[in-house]
Amino acid sequence: MLELTDIHKSYEGKPLLNGISIAVSAGETVCLLGPSGSGKSTLLRIIAGLEIPDQGRVCWDGDDLASVPVHRRGFGLVFQDYALFPHMDVTGNVSFGLKMQNLAGAEIDLRVGEILATVNLSGFGSRQVTDLSGGEQQRVALARALAPRPRLLMFDEPLGALDRNLREQLMGELRRILHASGVPAIYVTHDQEEAFTLAGRVLLLHDGLIVRSGSPEQVWSDPGSVWAAQFLDAGNVVSGTVISAPSPCRVETAFGIFELEEEDVPVSGQGGHQHSPGEKVNLLIGRRNVQRGGEGGISGVVTDVVFRQDGFKVTLANGLDFYLPDAPRVSEKINLVIPKTVIKCLS
Amino acid sequence: MTRFSGNAYPIKPSKAGSSWSSWLRQLLPWLGASVFLGLFFFYPLSRILWLGLNPSSIKSLDLSSLQLALHSLGFTFYQAALSTLLTLVIGLPAAVLFARYDFRGKSLLRVLTAIPFMLPTVVVAAGFNALLGPRGWINLGLMDLFHLHSAPISIVGTLGIILLAHVFYNTTIVIRLVGNALSHLDPRLEQAARTLGSDPPRVLTHLTLPLLRPSILAASILVFIFDFTSFGVILLLGGPGFSTLEVEIYKQAVQVFNLPLAGLLSLIQLLCTLAFSILYSHIVRRNVATSAPRPAASNLHKARTVRQKLFLAGMIILTLGLFLLPLISLPLASVTRLQADRGVRAPVQYGLTSDYYTELFINRSDSIFYVPPFAAIGNSLGYAALTVILSLALGFPVASALAHPGRLGRALDPLLLLPLGASAVTLGLGFVVTFNRPPLALVTSPLLVPLAHTLIALPFVIRSLQPALASIPDRLRQAASSLGASSRHVWFAVDWPIVARATLSAAVFAFTISLGEFGASSLVVRPEYPTLPIAIARFLSQPGGLNYGQAMAMATVLMVVCGIGILLIERLRLPGAGEF
Repeated sequence: MLELTDIHKSYEGKPLLNGISIAVSAGETVCLLGPSGSGKSTLLRIIAGLEIPDQGRVCWDGDDLASVPVHRRGFGLVFQDYALFPHMDVTGNVSFGLKMQNLAGAEIDLRVGEILATVNLSGFGSRQVTDLSGGEQQRVALARALAPRPRLLMFDEPLGALDRNLREQLMGELRRILHASGVPAIYVTHDQEEAFTLAGRVLLLHDGLIVRSGSPEQVWSDPGSVWAAQFLDAGNVVSGTVISAPSPCRVETAFGIFELEEEDVPVSGQGGHQHSPGEKVNLLIGRRNVQRGGEGGISGVVTDVVFRQDGFKVTLANGLDFYLPDAPRVSEKINLVIPKTVIKCLS
Repeated sequence: MTRFSGNAYPIKPSKAGSSWSSWLRQLLPWLGASVFLGLFFFYPLSRILWLGLNPSSIKSLDLSSLQLALHSLGFTFYQAALSTLLTLVIGLPAAVLFARYDFRGKSLLRVLTAIPFMLPTVVVAAGFNALLGPRGWINLGLMDLFHLHSAPISIVGTLGIILLAHVFYNTTIVIRLVGNALSHLDPRLEQAARTLGSDPPRVLTHLTLPLLRPSILAASILVFIFDFTSFGVILLLGGPGFSTLEVEIYKQAVQVFNLPLAGLLSLIQLLCTLAFSILYSHIVRRNVATSAPRPAASNLHKARTVRQKLFLAGMIILTLGLFLLPLISLPLASVTRLQADRGVRAPVQYGLTSDYYTELFINRSDSIFYVPPFAAIGNSLGYAALTVILSLALGFPVASALAHPGRLGRALDPLLLLPLGASAVTLGLGFVVTFNRPPLALVTSPLLVPLAHTLIALPFVIRSLQPALASIPDRLRQAASSLGASSRHVWFAVDWPIVARATLSAAVFAFTISLGEFGASSLVVRPEYPTLPIAIARFLSQPGGLNYGQAMAMATVLMVVCGIGILLIERLRLPGAGEF
């Protein structure tokens, strides 16, 4: 099992990672989700041994890897844009790591055939990698990293260069292959769809720190901070003041008074913290599961209606937006009932 | 053929009607250059062919001349192979230095390594003489230090200095070609190999070297061609003991007057360089297909580990020593008086002097010329000016035609580069054997020198004009005229700045080439109108402190002028213009 403890790294004088601690256990797929420039790739390169952290430890099963060079770590890395060896064919690329283990020729052939079948590239062995499509190159890169049976697989935005349909298809394949192989994996991306599809656990990276960690549904429904809610585009963020606490906890905002669920405590607040009247808070108001209804919710004049595959995105004059199953008319005044479950308190 | 002979695409009838006038219009820009090349390249070449292959001359070749030919062919290969190997030994680490490391003064060091490539051979010969010769700084220093009475190092006149000078000349080719390929190599390929279990030595042998192989091969062949056709270095630094094909052609033509043998040697030389050139272009074409361009900046890093710092320091000292020492030894030697002459048993004394420069203006009775050495400078400047005018007049129309080539242009294009394949000495020999009788009895005319220089400079002039002229985007012209500019305004606003810059660059190129040209000049020059390089070579081969000092002074002048020219060309070079 992989364990990172308090990793620090600065780049050209600017701090990039400010104390990252992660543990990845056997068979787990962890996604590091963060905007570009947040140091996700650097963290992968530190785990791989391609960069040295300024501070902190990288351990595998309790052993510090600081003195273990890249080629002895047994960590596979799938690069953004794949980094296939242009002077070799598909077999040459996939068998490279096996040759480095000095395996016998027959064994290498067997493994290459097996792994090419896994990634749906049987029969592609003698093709030049420069002649392959983006999706095929991606599969070769995955096969190349899988072939030497790494103890950990890492992915650095591997699908970033592909178009939407292909990305979705490859995400599905990747999910299947990762589950079947049982190799623990760390997947770095700025795309939440990829992260939510592949991850058992999502880690949100911001300003060199892990600001939120949890299952995809936990992270999505309760991002924990204003930054995370905005980065994930999880809903409307509104500020308000606590007018009564602890039970019922009610918050007054410019859009009305909302009541929070009893057990809702900000997760990043660790251990919970009691709200007290007069406290300023930010609320996340989800866009889904709201219904048109009578008085008591949010009311506003519709300024824009955009068709989305599973409904309509409706923007109100007060700046809030919601998903509704049916399209209201523009400039119509509507009332929306907001259920308690879609309101979360942000730290 | 069959792919294109189908008549699925009917030819427009209107095109067939005006084909003659359109052909004529296409031909016009090529007229001057074609006539010139025909008269001064292909005709002399055919004379050499005839000279080497006609029955009577074959009959006149005896066993000893055949042995001589074989021997010089063997030595040419031997020294070229050895020189190439040594150039790689220095050049590959230097390529790594420039492609992978970021350090202060890097661009200056890179320019320094590139300067020798364009310096005249006489300057290089004089520079190495000033550094390593019997009166060179290293010998003087050692004599001073250990109180010796004679020079402890005698490397001038050995194979060693030939190899050293060749390394000095050609390392920049390896640095540019291999360094370029290395800096555009995706660093993540090596990282991928590391994560797949390669230790650093195996990354080098399994990945980096195979990926660089085309560029290393191309650089090696190019270096080999330059070493193979080396003339001045062998003649001036190697001394009488060493004869490459090139030197042997010169000796047979000028000293022994065995023109049939010289012709035969020229033929062998031509065939060899032709074969190497074909090999080179073959490799370059394949190379283009496999290289994936990457931003070069991501490959650069500062030296971090102790080993990297040692490598960096060692390579910087080595390159500085190799490239800077000969270049500064020369001007220093030209202003230093040595009190004790060679062979006199007294401690060496130094003093600053400007005598060697003032002597250049004096015609001594014992001078080997009838004119003061200063006149050689004047001659060279005149020849260079004529070369500039001639090569621009012939090259400009061709370059404009090549900027948007028609079918004729594409067909004639390779012919223009042929003079590049023939060595300078062969061109000179062609002139000597062709223009020694009517109708073109030019051999006594000083005009032969600028004609020969134009022949050598023309391909370079065309190649530096053409990309610039082709780079003027039509859209700029269209944008200018859509904004209301007349066609004259368009030309001045869009074309002129680029054309002026490119023409100036080509002119400086031709000027520098002419000024430093030695091989062809040594055959066609008239003794009473010597060029600067010829005068330097003569002075270098004469004994005596004054002759030596004057050679140093003239070589310094030549070096400074050519150095300015090289820097000007670098400044004027358009970004993205070809490397070689």
